[in-house]
Amino acid sequence: MKILVCMKQVPQKDAPLKLNEAGTWIREDVSYEVNEPDAFALEEALRQKEKHSGEVVAITAGPTRASQVLREALAKGADRAIHLEDNGFVGLDAYNTARAIAAAIKDEKFDLIFTGLQSDDYGYAQTGVILAQILGLPHATIIMQIEKNDSGVRVKRELEAGFFQFVDMPLPAVLTIQSGINKLRYATLIGIKQAKTKPLRKVTMAEVQSAMGINLQKIEKMYIPEKSKNTQFIDGPPGEIAKKLVEKLKNELRVI
Amino acid sequence: MPAIKFRGVDFIEFDTLLNDDERLVRDTARKFIEENLVPIIEECNRAGRFPRELVKPMADLGFFGASLNGYGCAGMSNVEYGLVTQELERGDSGVRSFVSVQSALVMYPIYAFGCDEQKLKWLPAMQKGEKLGCFGLTEPGFGSNPGGMRTRARKVGNEYVLNGEKMWITSGTIADVAVIWAKVENENDKVRGFLVETDRPGFKADDIHGKWSLRASVTSGLSLQDVHIPEANLLPKSGGLKSPLMCLNQARYGISWGAIGAAMACYDCALQYSMLRKQFRDQPIASHQLVQEKLAWMISEITKAQLLVLQVGRLKDANKVQHQHISMAKRNNVWMALECARLSRDILGANGVADDYPIMRHLMNLESVKTYEGTHDIHTLIIGASVTGIDAF
Repeated sequence: MKILVCMKQVPQKDAPLKLNEAGTWIREDVSYEVNEPDAFALEEALRQKEKHSGEVVAITAGPTRASQVLREALAKGADRAIHLEDNGFVGLDAYNTARAIAAAIKDEKFDLIFTGLQSDDYGYAQTGVILAQILGLPHATIIMQIEKNDSGVRVKRELEAGFFQFVDMPLPAVLTIQSGINKLRYATLIGIKQAKTKPLRKVTMAEVQSAMGINLQKIEKMYIPEKSKNTQFIDGPPGEIAKKLVEKLKNELRVI
Repeated sequence: MPAIKFRGVDFIEFDTLLNDDERLVRDTARKFIEENLVPIIEECNRAGRFPRELVKPMADLGFFGASLNGYGCAGMSNVEYGLVTQELERGDSGVRSFVSVQSALVMYPIYAFGCDEQKLKWLPAMQKGEKLGCFGLTEPGFGSNPGGMRTRARKVGNEYVLNGEKMWITSGTIADVAVIWAKVENENDKVRGFLVETDRPGFKADDIHGKWSLRASVTSGLSLQDVHIPEANLLPKSGGLKSPLMCLNQARYGISWGAIGAAMACYDCALQYSMLRKQFRDQPIASHQLVQEKLAWMISEITKAQLLVLQVGRLKDANKVQHQHISMAKRNNVWMALECARLSRDILGANGVADDYPIMRHLMNLESVKTYEGTHDIHTLIIGASVTGIDAF
């Protein structure tokens, strides 16, 4: 099986975040790591390859620093990597990210395309689904388990309230992977050394720009929740005050 | 008070001085230690137990002999190897000591002074963690002055017969092979290295009990009474005291990085604690000038230590490092780490002495690290001799 894993570099979970001057995103001087669900997607791809043989390709879109994600993927066992490398890939909406990825892989045929369920920074949970639509492939989200069979794959989806759903799908397909579905391996020191010799294809913005359009979604303002004090007096007979108070606590403050 | 999770320490964008591979190596080691050693280390330390269950996982990641080439070893640069030891010691100095001994004091001398048969026999098995080693140089009466050693080897036919005592030997009772340094009577008492399988008659190892430091690693005394080994067990390229000192140089270099890990663990814990702990007018103690002074001292010294050891590592990678450079890094960084541990303990007050926090363990560990592999004072004299040209010992 030939599997593509879409991976994103995101700020480290415990990193102290500071807003940028424009107040539209965070400052760049922060530690980054692999988006957690993407790490599980990669692990699942490597396990599928170990079971059914094939190839695992990791892809990311982002500035130079994002190559760290691919290096880690190669060190853990991915066979090759694709880097859409440009600062312009930061802050794209999910539609444009999906369009850029689709354009970068237009000459390849994958049996499975994995993305993480969502990114730890934007949290759109859309890139994989949109990518499937652009490529004209079936997709399933929040995947907990993947079993290959003669007609394709049987996947287990996580639903609300502890329910699961099993779906039989043909290949090729796009799956968005839930965190925690397997146990992540570590990159070995030898793996890190060997990663250097594995192919890494760089794709420029110019190569995929014609497939992209303007962002349909953008962040106008980001801010730390402002604390404010606001005292209100409720007048009237006690019964009515109590009624109004309950209504405010329920609907405005949503604490009861 | 919740358990405090390590967040990394980087004041001056030190990470930008590292390349992608170096950061990946560091992050991998950090993650491994966080997930596998940190959860069990306090229990190990209390019980005086070496976490042997981590030998195989550490071997799988390539931690043993990481800077050697071939024989299954990872061929890391010296800076990459250093970053691994930093992360190991951020977990625990005892576990880092175990890895240092396996790598720098046993695999390295086999690699540097051994013949092909010895390398093929031991290095792949040691890299995989299937065989463990120990290094016998120090004796009950000879620590800083190893040249005075009493252990002797005598050539009899095609065998050597070894007699002597070794003391303060990390991993002594769990080792499959000991690198024993002895004076060869038939060679004018020249110091040479021997591979002694620990199951040979006359070889005995006993653990040293009651140590209040490095409790998660094994420390032993070795006794050799008429131990017969084939002459093929002599490390053929070893000759003179210079050989074991070359091994120590390897290990001291790793310690210089390791100490930073211990210092980071203490500093980061103290910093986080000081933000949470409130005293006087319900203010965090981090708002007190005397606490800030301690934090500022620690972060300054950690940062200086990082720059010092990185430069030494870069020199080592360029084959330009001198032993006095390594002495400076070991002396400064271990001292710095011990001071950080003490200041951090101070910031945590009474909590600092309990093993809910890692600080007292690091503090006790670092007292050994200050002494072993060349004491702080001996390194002072090495630097002194280097700048004056006059030996003071």
